Order: sequence, then C-alpha cells, then structure tokens
Amino acid sequence: MEQLVKLIPLFPLISFAIIALMNRRLSKPQAAVIACIGVLLSFIDSAVVFQSQLQSFHPVEVKVFDWIIAGNFNASFSFLVDPLSSIFLMVITGVGFLIHLFSVGYMKDDDGMRRFFAYLNLFIFFMLVLVLGNNFLVMFIGWEGVGFCSFMLIGFWYKDNKNNDAAKKAFVMNRIGDLGFLIAMCLIFFNFGSLNYSTLFSPGFLAESSVSTETLTLITFCLFVGAMGKSAQIPLYTWLPDAMAGPTPVSALIHAATMVTAGIYMVARTNVMFSLTPETMTLVSIIGIATALLGAIIGLFQNDIKKVLAYSTVSQLGLMFVALGVGAYTAAVFHVVTHAFFKALLFLGSGSVIHAMGGEQDIRVMGGLKKKLPITYLTFLIGTLAISGIPPLAGFFSKDQILSEAFAHNKILFALGLLVSLMTAFYMFRLFFLTFHGSFRGTHDQEHHLHESPINMTLPLIVLAVCAAFAGFIGVPHVIGEGLGLHNLFESYLSPVLGVSSSHIEASVEWMLMGLTTVLIVMVILYARHLFVSKNYVPESDSHMKGSFKKLAYGKFYVDEFYNKVFTQPLDKISLFLEKGIDIPVIDGMVRGIGKLTQGLASIARKIQTGNTGYYAIAFVFAILLLFIFFI
Amino acid sequence: MLTLLLILLPLISGFILLLTGSKNARQIALVLSLIEFGLALFALSTLKSGAVESLNYNIPWIPNMGISFHLGMDGISMLMVLLSTMLMPLIVFASFNKTYNNAHTLYALMMLMQSAMVGSFVAMDGFLFYIFWEVSLIPIFFIILMWGGENRQKTTFKFFIYTLFGSLFMLVALIYLYLHTANHSFDIQALYAAGRSLPLVEQGLIMGAFFLAFAIKMPVFPFHTWQPSTYVAAPTPGVMVLGGVMSKMATYGLIRWVLPMVPDGVHEYGYLIIGLSVVSIIYASCIAIIQKDFKYLIAYASIAHIGLISAGIFAMNMQSLQGSLMEMMSHGINTVGLFFAYDIIYNRMHTSEMSKLGGIRGVESRFAFLFFIIVLSNIALPFTNGFIGEFLLLLGVFQTNMVAASFAGLSIILGAVYMLRAFQKMMLGETNSLTLHFPKLEKQELITLSIIVILIVVMGVYPKPILEITESSIQTLLQGIQ
Repeated sequence: MEQLVKLIPLFPLISFAIIALMNRRLSKPQAAVIACIGVLLSFIDSAVVFQSQLQSFHPVEVKVFDWIIAGNFNASFSFLVDPLSSIFLMVITGVGFLIHLFSVGYMKDDDGMRRFFAYLNLFIFFMLVLVLGNNFLVMFIGWEGVGFCSFMLIGFWYKDNKNNDAAKKAFVMNRIGDLGFLIAMCLIFFNFGSLNYSTLFSPGFLAESSVSTETLTLITFCLFVGAMGKSAQIPLYTWLPDAMAGPTPVSALIHAATMVTAGIYMVARTNVMFSLTPETMTLVSIIGIATALLGAIIGLFQNDIKKVLAYSTVSQLGLMFVALGVGAYTAAVFHVVTHAFFKALLFLGSGSVIHAMGGEQDIRVMGGLKKKLPITYLTFLIGTLAISGIPPLAGFFSKDQILSEAFAHNKILFALGLLVSLMTAFYMFRLFFLTFHGSFRGTHDQEHHLHESPINMTLPLIVLAVCAAFAGFIGVPHVIGEGLGLHNLFESYLSPVLGVSSSHIEASVEWMLMGLTTVLIVMVILYARHLFVSKNYVPESDSHMKGSFKKLAYGKFYVDEFYNKVFTQPLDKISLFLEKGIDIPVIDGMVRGIGKLTQGLASIARKIQTGNTGYYAIAFVFAILLLFIFFI
Repeated sequence: MLTLLLILLPLISGFILLLTGSKNARQIALVLSLIEFGLALFALSTLKSGAVESLNYNIPWIPNMGISFHLGMDGISMLMVLLSTMLMPLIVFASFNKTYNNAHTLYALMMLMQSAMVGSFVAMDGFLFYIFWEVSLIPIFFIILMWGGENRQKTTFKFFIYTLFGSLFMLVALIYLYLHTANHSFDIQALYAAGRSLPLVEQGLIMGAFFLAFAIKMPVFPFHTWQPSTYVAAPTPGVMVLGGVMSKMATYGLIRWVLPMVPDGVHEYGYLIIGLSVVSIIYASCIAIIQKDFKYLIAYASIAHIGLISAGIFAMNMQSLQGSLMEMMSHGINTVGLFFAYDIIYNRMHTSEMSKLGGIRGVESRFAFLFFIIVLSNIALPFTNGFIGEFLLLLGVFQTNMVAASFAGLSIILGAVYMLRAFQKMMLGETNSLTLHFPKLEKQELITLSIIVILIVVMGVYPKPILEITESSIQTLLQGIQ
C-alpha cells in the first residue's frame, strides 16, 4: 500500500523527466504517448488506493524522506491518503488523463508539443503532491509548484508578450496569496510547534491547546488569503480570466478542474480550524457569494467563449466558498468534483469549437455549429445543462446541496446563491445558443474549414459528458434518496474527515426549494431560447454597445485598470523615487561627501597606483609569505 | 594542520600561477582549486567523524600581545569553507569562455583571495580574523582595477576606502574588548568572555561597531551604495567572488564574532538591526524592479537577499540561524549562476540593457531553461535551494518578531515581480535584430550552468546533509548564549 501511494505522483514525474531530458530525440507522438501513459498509470494506481479507502476508514501515512529539519522544526516529505485526498486523486488523475488525451489532438500541429506535455505532467505531479501532503509545507510545495506550471503554460506561446504578461500577473497575484499561506504556517508553527496534520487535527488537540480564538482566527484568515489567490476570489481573482491566454486544454485542466480548486481543498483539509473561527467563516461566505455574483454578472456580458467560461469558473468557485463558509465542507468538495467534470467538458468543448473555427473565440461570429460538430454540440449541451443545475445531471445535486445548506444558514445567502444560479443558466445558454444554434455568422473561409474533431478529442468529451450526467448520483440528498432507497455515498465516505453537516431543514422545505430553483432555472433557459433562438438576437459589436451598465460589465468593471492605478503604477513610482530621490542623492550623496573629506588621502593613493599593478600583486604575495614564515 | 593547509594551499597555488606565466594558467588554476575543494571535503569527513581537535591549530604568534595563530573549524566554519572552495573551481571554470590578459596574475590573485577568505572563516583569534578580513580586500582591489570595465578606478577606490573605513570600527571594538580580557588576549574565548561581562550599553555599542564593518561588506541599507557600481565595474570572476563568497565573510562574521560575544546586547538592541535589514530588503527589492540593466538588477536583488540573512542572524534562534546559513550557501551559488547568465548574454550581445534584448528563448531554449531555474531559485520556489533558506529565515524571524517577518515576506512578491519581469524582457517575446543571432551555448557554458542548476535542485529537494553540518554547532552557539 505504501509503495502504491508513493507511485501515484512518481508516474507523472517520471514521464515529465523522460520528455524533458529526451526532448528532441522523441517524436511528437512519442512524447504524447509517454505523457498519457504516465497519467494513466497514476490514475489506475489512484483507483486502487481509492478502492481500499472505500472499504473502511483507515488513513495511510507514508514518509518519503526527511526534508527540512532545524531544531524542533521538522517537516518531512510525506503523504497522507484519506477519503478527502483520495477523492481529489481520482479527479486529478481521471480528468487529467482525459485532458491529456484531448491535447494529443489539440496540440498536434504545435511545435512546442513536447514541452507542452512535459509541463502538463509536471503539473499533475505537483497537484498530486498538493493533495497528498501530510503537512502544510508539503502542501505548499504543491501549491507553489502548480503555480509555476500554470505560469509556464499560460505563457506557453511565449513569443507574444500578452501571454507572458498574463502569466506573470497570475504568478504575482498567486504570490500575494502565498504570502498569506506562509504567514499562516509561521503562526501555526509558532503556536502549535508543528505543521503536521496528524498532530494538529488529532481529536481535541486544537480545542485543548491554550491558543486563543483570536490567534486561530488570524491563522484561518491568513490561510484564506492563500486560498483567495489560488482559487481566484475577490480581490485576487483578476488573474484567472487573463489566464485563458494559455492553450485551451490548460484552461480546462488547471484553470477549471484542478488547480483553482486547491483553495477549496485547503479549507476543507483544515476544516477543524475553520470550524473554530466563526468570524473567518463569515468572511469566507461573504467573499464567496460576492465573487459568485461578480463572476456571474461579468459572465453575462462577455463575448469571448473562453472568457465566459473563465468568469463562470470564478463564479462557481465563489459558490464553493459559500458552502465552506456555512460549514458544508462536503457540499463544497462535492461541487468541486461535479464542477471538474462539467467545466472540463465545457472547456474542452470550447476547445473543439475553437479548433474548428481556426482559432476564433468570439461567439458573435459563430452560430449554427450544431450540424457541423454534432458530438461537440451534444456533449456541450450536457455540460451546459449540468452547470445550470437541471435534474438529474451532476450539477443539480451539488448546487442543490450548497443552496439548501445556505438556506439553513442564512436566507439572504440563499437568495443571492439562487440569483447566481439563474444568471449562470442564462449566460451558459446564451453562450450555447449563440455558438451552436442559428446560422453561421463567420467568414466564408471559416465556414469551409468547419469540421468535427477527431476521435481522440471527442472521446474525452463523451466520457466527461457521461460523468457530468451521472456523477451526481454519488451524492443524492437524503430527501430524494430515502424514497429511492439511495444513500448519500459521498457524504458518508467523507464524514470521517469533514464531519456531517449539522444544519438540517425540513424535508418539505427542501423539496420546495428544489422545485422552486428548478422551475426558475427552466424559465430562464426558455427566456434565453426565446431571445437567442427565436428572435435571433446577437450581441452588438464593441463599438455599438449601448447602456452604461452593460459597458461597465463588459469592461469587467475596470478592476484591472483600478489595480493598475492603485498598486502597479504607484509601486513603480515609489521605486523610482527610492532610486532617484533617495538612493543616489541622499544615501550615496553622504558617502560622496565623506569621500571628499578624504581627498588628500585619495591623491596619495592615486600616485601609488600609477605604477605597474602586476608588480604590486607580486610584492603583496611575497609580503604575505614573509609574514607567515616569520611568525609561524 | 589540515586547517592550516586549507589556507596555505591557495597561497602556494597563487605563487605557482605567477611563476608559470599566462600559458595554461586557467587549467592550472582549475586543478589547484579542485584540489583545495577536495581538501575541504576531507576536512568535512574529519569533522563528521568527530575529530574536531585535529582541525584545531594553535600556536603563539605575537605572544607578548596575546595574539596567537589560532585556527579551528566547527560546522559553521566548515560550511563556509565548503562554499568558498566549491565556488572557486566553478568560478574559474566559468571564466574559460573568455581569455583575460595576464591571466596568470588574475588567477593568482583569485587564489590569494581564496586563501584570505578561508582564513577568515577558520580564524579563532580576533586579530588574525582582522588580518584575513583586510587582506582579502587587496586582491579584489587589483582584480577590479586591472580587469574591470568602465569607471573602474573611481569605483574601486570608493569600494576600497568604504570597506576599509568600516573595518576600522571593528578594529576599535576588537581592541576595546582585548583591553577587557582577563590576561590581554585576542583568543576567541577570551574575547567572548570579555564581551559578555560588559554592561548592556557597551555590548550594544560593540555590536554596532562590528555591524558597521559587516553591514558595509554584506551590504545592508544604507551602507550599500558602493556595491551596485562595483558589481558593474568588476570583471565576471571578480564579481562572482565578491557577491558569492566575500559577502558571506560579513554574515559569517556576525554569527561568529557578534552573537556569542555580546549576546545581551543583541537581545536588547538586535531588533534595530532586524528593522534595518527589513528596510533593506524592501528598499532594494523596489529599486530592483525599475532597473534597466540586468547587472544592476542582480546587485539590488542581492542586497534584498542579504538583508533577509542579516535579519535572520539577529533573530537568533535555531530556525533563523540554520536558515541564514542555508541561504548563504544558496545565495552564493545563485549569485554565481546569475552573474554567469549575465556573462553569457553580455559576451554575445555586448549589452545587458534588458529592453534591447528579448526572444532569446526562441533562439537558444537550453540556455533559457537553465537560466530560468536559477531565476526560480532566486524567487524561492519550493524544491530549489533558495526556498529552504528563505522559508527557515521567515519562520525563524517570525518567532522573534512577527511584524518584521511579515514585512520581510513581501520580498517573495516583489522578488517575483522583478525577476520575472527581467526574464521576460530578456528571454521571452519576439526576437529582435540583435538577439536573432544569439550564438548557441558553448559546451563549457552548458556544463557550468548545468552544475549550478543541479546544485540548486539537489539542495532544494534534499537539504538535510547541509543542514546537518551546522546543526550541532548552532545548537552549541545558542546554548552558550542563554
């Protein structure tokens, strides 16, 4: 068992190493095959480990080697497999493999295909380390490692500086969060003397320690700052939409299914601490709902297919934080899983569309792709239905769970969450109808070029569509499950780590909420259909845009511009002032002033220097030697 | 005897190089410096086997003044000796891509510097330390003066006078302590005893005097202004020694000569230096952001890293001290790496102004890859050596001073800003007419960069052997203070 656990991250690391070292000696297909095999083996291995965890609750700890030891600080490089990490293992390697497979077709004409797969493998490695780590520091390795891979992949087409800027922005914004994470680790070690989960989260350890709630609140706050960066929450979300500069499979894997959910994983992993700090929990749910709303509103007005999906991801991540904030950790993780399926599906579907459109991403010039791309169309429809929350697709169950938990906690939170869901259904169907229905609005060349993607690209779509359709049944809510004799497998599996949600609402109320939500969502979809199919409405071009709110939302509320004015530019100005206003005139000025006083000395020294310098060097050697011989 | 040999060998090497003349000077220098490194490894095994006494060498030198030729090594000295003896062959090898005039003199001076640096790391007598400390200045002075670039005379002079000026304070402090020793001795233990018996304020003053000397050499804000211009004027081998090893003489000096000598003073007033160091970190990081020339950027980045080391030393706990030693190792290696990358670019493009470059990755991707790993280590990514040091430093400083550590932590953000910006400007984007013809790396350059990168990753993944070298010595040091 221990060996199996060690192998999980080792497989992708090995395939990364092979591709990186062999590089040009491998043909492009060879590199792709090696990369896929690495992840596939890791997936099979994860499945075996997952299977063993299913039978009974027995966390496995595996020490790989000693890492940093200094005095009483001891952080080894070691892994922990328990229900929580094993679920993430399955999602990362499973969805990861499908996206690898898709990329074989998507990237086949790209010169950088080898390094693409190398980075993708390395990413999988770090992501696995992130969820497998059994202490905060190992999580941090993964945390920064995936950030680095994300940097490399966003800036994959490095000749265009726009991509490089996006990559740099993502890295720096993540670093802001990482500082929070680092400070949290310092605080934890300072107060508890350990960074190991097994010590910190052993029953009663935190409650019995003499550490005050204020300190704990500070710790969870700092941890949450880290989560904000990685999971793109207000105010650190602006990097995620820009990250779409990377190849589309990257957006699917890193910026939708896995890396951006690391923040949710972290809060879920440390749920024992968060549960003790209600203030932070409130903040988490407020930030979560605010981000969910903002993402959804901006998503309503975007016309770039990937941008819509990116803001949708921001918004969905917000919903997951709402769940975490109300203590419904299982619901949040459940939504991570279903979201991984349908959002990866949607991104890959958009990849298939972009591929067919020859790189075009503007939905205003698409339309009518239904006939030319039947598989993409069908799978995309399933993804869209799933994210909108139509029963019995996966998104319905997870979203319903979050909403009913929110309802039990706070009615306003529920209402806003419902609003987000309705907007989600609207912008997703807006995207769907504009892309696949109506008539084609692009150029003649593009139309001629339209084609369905090859089987290795459509197969992942089909598998993901099946998952997006049926994955929800692993977490059927009690009210429905009772009648059908179904058990909420997901909740009971995770309960040893995440506990069981304490908030319960009456069955009749829950039925009502479910019905209400579904009816409203269906109405929104019908409205979208009316607007974009029956009336053939197409969003106007940028220059003809009317309505100030629309412009504002289309411009993403100019948050980037605001950050630029308030942070980036002042930093440059301060730096310039420090150099030109302080360093040269004041600090060095003083030195020069003192220097002038010693001018006399200087002139003497200059006279000595006029000779042959080599001679002096030799004289120096002799002098030293003489000194030694004389005194020893 | 072994310790003495570590000092004598480079001295003799320098002499041999002067005699043999320019022909094959660099090959001879490489072999000799490798022998020195081997000797250091042998010393390490001796230390590990527990035969500490055999590393001790103590004979009276000027007996009527209580000055002895006392050498010795504990883990801390050992690590520093390892760093300098390991970097020297690397620096020599890195210089193979260029032919210097009077090469034999250049390498001879490098060897002499090595001798003095090793001497300062193993000296266990205050006066002896001071001698080595000052002597080490002379070769670098000549190296910059004879092989340096523009403005070398003015710059060298400033550098020389500035550091000499700082050292005077150290000399005064040493003599003051000497006068307080029981039987007038410069021996380290006697000086420790004298220092610890001083009243608090005097301890603080002694600390200040030493710090001034060391702060100039490291350098720490506001004593840093000699450094960027000197780095820019110095030839590549010289700047590698300056930034890679000589700055560590100062940080080592703080651990060896200040902490155990005036511990109460450090406890009482150390926060002032921690504060100054944190200012230094942020100040230098900010200025690094707007640098246009890559060499200046390295210089300011170096100040930022050194500031963190300095803060860690004065935080005076296990994690911060282990972190500072680890970071000294990393900073040494990475500085050599960065300057070598600079050298590769400058030799080809004859400029290091970043806006004139760009797109090199598209022409020579191997260089971009290796260079990027060095960059990553500088921004302390986990699994690089830079992370181990910085993490332990932040963790350690945090336990002494939470606010200072939190501000110091800003360096991980600012560091990413300036380093990635620089890398992007030089290596990414479209090629221009200049970088289009960026020649491929020579084999020697590829090997040198690979060695540096391997060191970075190996130390980052498995730092235990290095941390173990100093663990017990730091423990002893901390126990002595309490």
